[in-house]
Amino acid sequence: MQSETKSRVDQLTSPAGHPVTVLRFEGDIASTSKEAVIGLYQSLSKDDAKLILLDFTKVDYINSSGIALVIQLLIEASNSGQKVVAFGLSAHFTKVFTMVGITKYAGLYATQDQALAAL
Amino acid sequence: MSQPKPPRVEVRLPSRLGFEKVAMSTAASVAKLIGLPDDRIEDLKTAVAEACINAIEHGNRLNENLSVGVILCAQPGALEVTVLDDGKGMKTQPHKPDIDRKMHGEEDPRGMGMFLIQSLVDEAEWVPGVDGASSYVRLVIRLDKEA
Repeated sequence: MQSETKSRVDQLTSPAGHPVTVLRFEGDIASTSKEAVIGLYQSLSKDDAKLILLDFTKVDYINSSGIALVIQLLIEASNSGQKVVAFGLSAHFTKVFTMVGITKYAGLYATQDQALAAL
Repeated sequence: MSQPKPPRVEVRLPSRLGFEKVAMSTAASVAKLIGLPDDRIEDLKTAVAEACINAIEHGNRLNENLSVGVILCAQPGALEVTVLDDGKGMKTQPHKPDIDRKMHGEEDPRGMGMFLIQSLVDEAEWVPGVDGASSYVRLVIRLDKEA
């Protein structure tokens, strides 16, 4: 019933010339998404992936369990000295992420270009 | 002549995660019919989804022999949603998540559902079952209030 979460990794370069790892998500982010979110994040090299973008452009539905997975990712990234920013959330989920305080630990941007410029 | 009854829609969901989306889309359809603005429909969808997830996970403990009831009742100027399960009801009250405590491992990253429900609708009331079962949460979202 819950649509499967697809996720993949892209590599980009920031306007300042730094390597940036992008985690792109698609579908629902819910309790069943642990492997797609945390598993994909944990597959990254902590030495190489110092700047991380989370792409929610193709995500339709995020529930509180999905938000908890994003927070878990942010905890691990913080402990590893990685910087994380996110982009592509709908206006509604931008409001929800702001309500729960995620913006204190991950900037939220409308587009990938805006997110890259913030790194 | 008697007044017409307020429009009422009922849905029964299996206690399986993912089926909250059926309640979300039904609530969105009813909300659109009564003229709720799009941004408030999004608020309602998340609140209804979280109420159903709580009912499935905590009320019915994922027992697929039990169902979750969702009743949508269009009142003058508002939509009332009641989500019923066979549990004893929530013992805790909604609390605002503390992101700093979560980030430092002092608070479970989960446990935001009730907070989201209370924040996104105009009224939220958790009512325990009188005989230790059949509890419900009642949500109200009004047409005349900005998000």
